[in-house]
Amino acid sequence: METVTITMKNQPKLYLEADNVSPDKFAGKKASEIAALHAYEGREQTTLGKYFEIAGEGGATAADTRIIVKGDVSRVKYIGMKMSAGEVLVEQSPDMYTGAWMQGGKLVVKGNVDSFAGIGMKGGEFLIDGNAGDYLGAAYRGDWRGMQGGLIRVKGSAGSDIGYFMNGGTIIVHGNTDVHVGTHMEGGRIVIKGNAPSKVGGQMVGGEIFVYGTIDVMMPGFKYVQDEEVEVDGERSKFALYYGDTGERHPKRKGQIVYGKLYLKI
Amino acid sequence: MTEYIIRNGFVFDPTQGIKGDKADIAVKDGKIVKSTEVSSKAKTVDASGKTVMAGAVEIHAHIAGPKVNEGRNYRPEDKLFTYKPKSASSRMAGGFSIPTTFKTGYEYARMGYTTAMEAAMPPLYARHVHEEIKDTPIIDEGAYPVFGNNWFVLEYLKNREIENTCAYISWLLEASKGYAVKVVNPGGTEAWGWGLNCLTIDDPVPYFDITPREIVTGLIEANETLGLPHSVHIHQNSLGNPGNYTVTLDTLKLAEGFRAKNKFGREQVLHSTHLQFHSYGGDSWANFESKSKEVMDYVNKQKNITIDTGCVTLDETTTMTADGPFEHHLTELNHLKWANVDVELETAAGIVPYIYSPDIKVCEIQWAIGLELALMAKDPMRCFITTDHPNAGPFTRYPRIIKWLMSAEARKKQIESFKHGAKMVEATHIAGIDRELSLYDIAQMTRAGPAKALGLSHQYGGLAPGMDADIVVYDFNPEKPHKPEDIEKAFSAAAYVMKTGVPVVINGEIVSNGNKRTLWVKAKVNENPQVMRDIRDKFLKYYSVTQANYDVSSHFVPNPHVIEVDATH
Repeated sequence: METVTITMKNQPKLYLEADNVSPDKFAGKKASEIAALHAYEGREQTTLGKYFEIAGEGGATAADTRIIVKGDVSRVKYIGMKMSAGEVLVEQSPDMYTGAWMQGGKLVVKGNVDSFAGIGMKGGEFLIDGNAGDYLGAAYRGDWRGMQGGLIRVKGSAGSDIGYFMNGGTIIVHGNTDVHVGTHMEGGRIVIKGNAPSKVGGQMVGGEIFVYGTIDVMMPGFKYVQDEEVEVDGERSKFALYYGDTGERHPKRKGQIVYGKLYLKI
Repeated sequence: MTEYIIRNGFVFDPTQGIKGDKADIAVKDGKIVKSTEVSSKAKTVDASGKTVMAGAVEIHAHIAGPKVNEGRNYRPEDKLFTYKPKSASSRMAGGFSIPTTFKTGYEYARMGYTTAMEAAMPPLYARHVHEEIKDTPIIDEGAYPVFGNNWFVLEYLKNREIENTCAYISWLLEASKGYAVKVVNPGGTEAWGWGLNCLTIDDPVPYFDITPREIVTGLIEANETLGLPHSVHIHQNSLGNPGNYTVTLDTLKLAEGFRAKNKFGREQVLHSTHLQFHSYGGDSWANFESKSKEVMDYVNKQKNITIDTGCVTLDETTTMTADGPFEHHLTELNHLKWANVDVELETAAGIVPYIYSPDIKVCEIQWAIGLELALMAKDPMRCFITTDHPNAGPFTRYPRIIKWLMSAEARKKQIESFKHGAKMVEATHIAGIDRELSLYDIAQMTRAGPAKALGLSHQYGGLAPGMDADIVVYDFNPEKPHKPEDIEKAFSAAAYVMKTGVPVVINGEIVSNGNKRTLWVKAKVNENPQVMRDIRDKFLKYYSVTQANYDVSSHFVPNPHVIEVDATH
């Protein structure tokens, strides 16, 4: 596997849209070619080389390409967008849309990510050592196709509206989240090892949400069904299972009505 | 005095019966003239080895107004990754199924369209429609105000008051700067105000106690009494429902016994739009099937009807119609977001995103039906290509539809790629049709035909001297062998487009914003104090705006092209 290291040398004045920072785009390219890949700063089209020092070269394919992003990238958006394979390691904290529409490979952020990280994600592994912002693994504005597959793991806490319109894959948050978890969720699994204040599973049609800590205010559309032991993230625990959101439509599968499942750790 | 001569192209012009002969087209001051009438200073455009046609005419698309804009507002995801930055001669443009006004103008022009009709204008929001039309560059546009659920019309026609209906139509066309009488789900949209619908032509409208049959025949009679350039333009009852072809035939039969009366050379009394959505058999989605043959057998023999296809393009799109109950039905089917608007005394509208997936049998059948209608049409001057943009797909897919219509091989390839190809073939006729439309047929279906149906054959749709210089050159040599993809490529980005004498597209790129006009119809009728009083009363009693704030004043229509009709007697 070849490694390309890009290091911030000139901070953009505005935010930089760097969707070309992805193994798919770097594959098969030399440092000079990578430097020539375009980015947008505001409405001006520019190149990655204007902002980043680029060392190394891409592998033959995306799967053979590893990117290390060094320096202050707090003004850089869309790192790892639509990446399908390979690896990206971001040493500090990037701005919004990190790993958006990611399809495969591995994306690791050592710092925090801002909002809309992993939106519309279809596959791959996305690890965040710090905290995540709002709309983690959600759908793009207006869209009904949120996270479809893959894994997002946040070691810290997450903001509001995570897993909005989620219908596949897994989001694990080791800390707490803000309000609105799994709104309009139709599938997939959200695991919150800390607390979630309120609006958990609003208008949820299907899928599963696990909360290990507390929910301050439950949505009124959830009803308690039974206690269940379930294996989550490699360990078995006992939960109180709620069905919901009973105010929402629910499809039938094999004659049975399918509900969203909300598990509260006992 | 600007003069041009477009030399040596293969010319296809149904208005003069020219079927691919090599000819020169001369232009002087925005009009087509005889080649002998231009001087030696005329600028030459070399069209040798290329196809030359008149600018195409769009007869039915939802491209401007509050409904379209609500689609844009509530579907930011439709714009995702579609934006193109501005250039020297074009503004920033984006959107796929509901493009910005700028993109709408540019994309039509790039495909060789120089005129387009907005298919449903809510009169109360006519100003919004005209503001968007004004912001749509290059193409000439008109808009059809909707009449089929309008309280005035329902009341007058209930009492068979044709003269009053005519006076009201005349007033509303002028107030809204409208072009034609549009009817959407006659009676059904008003019934939707009661949570009901009219699914046959004999279902009474609640409160008004009138049937779609009476609304349609009354409006045809009024339209022909006025002698408007276009006929009644109808979106029928029971759109999109399995088995609706019987309702379609019932409605089409209402045209029997009427004759077109107008000075524009229009021959039809009824234009049935997006017929694909109305040609369904079966009684559920499970046994859903094509009834295109039954419908086209009738259309082919009934000379006073024109149709457009409403072809499904197999894309993710945004459905939007004044057929409020239908959109509710659709959101119940696909569970995607739904917008619904009621427009006071006049109409309503609904919007729902929709994905015509090549993996879903029903969508595959719909795809086949749209194409079958055009392939079964015996008279291409009465059958026009549309996608009911954006309902069955975006208008930017016309080149692909033309490819499917001109190439049996392209259709075969598409059928083979379907997930349920074999089941689709059983439910349709498409696999058994080997007809391939010619460029001449296409020129009829996209140019001469719609221009004639709109009563505009004196200026659009042809290349005869005296007509507007709307001319397109496609990089397509009809005498050389070609692959199906070459058709789509050529029609997607014209080599050269001229709009009323101004070059607007060269090699597929926009070079000018042209000299856009807005068409509307001023129909003069005898003074009618009763209708004027009724209008005043309704504004006082029911409308949320005053009559003085209703009229589309002339500054909304900065470059008007008014078609005048005298219906006084």
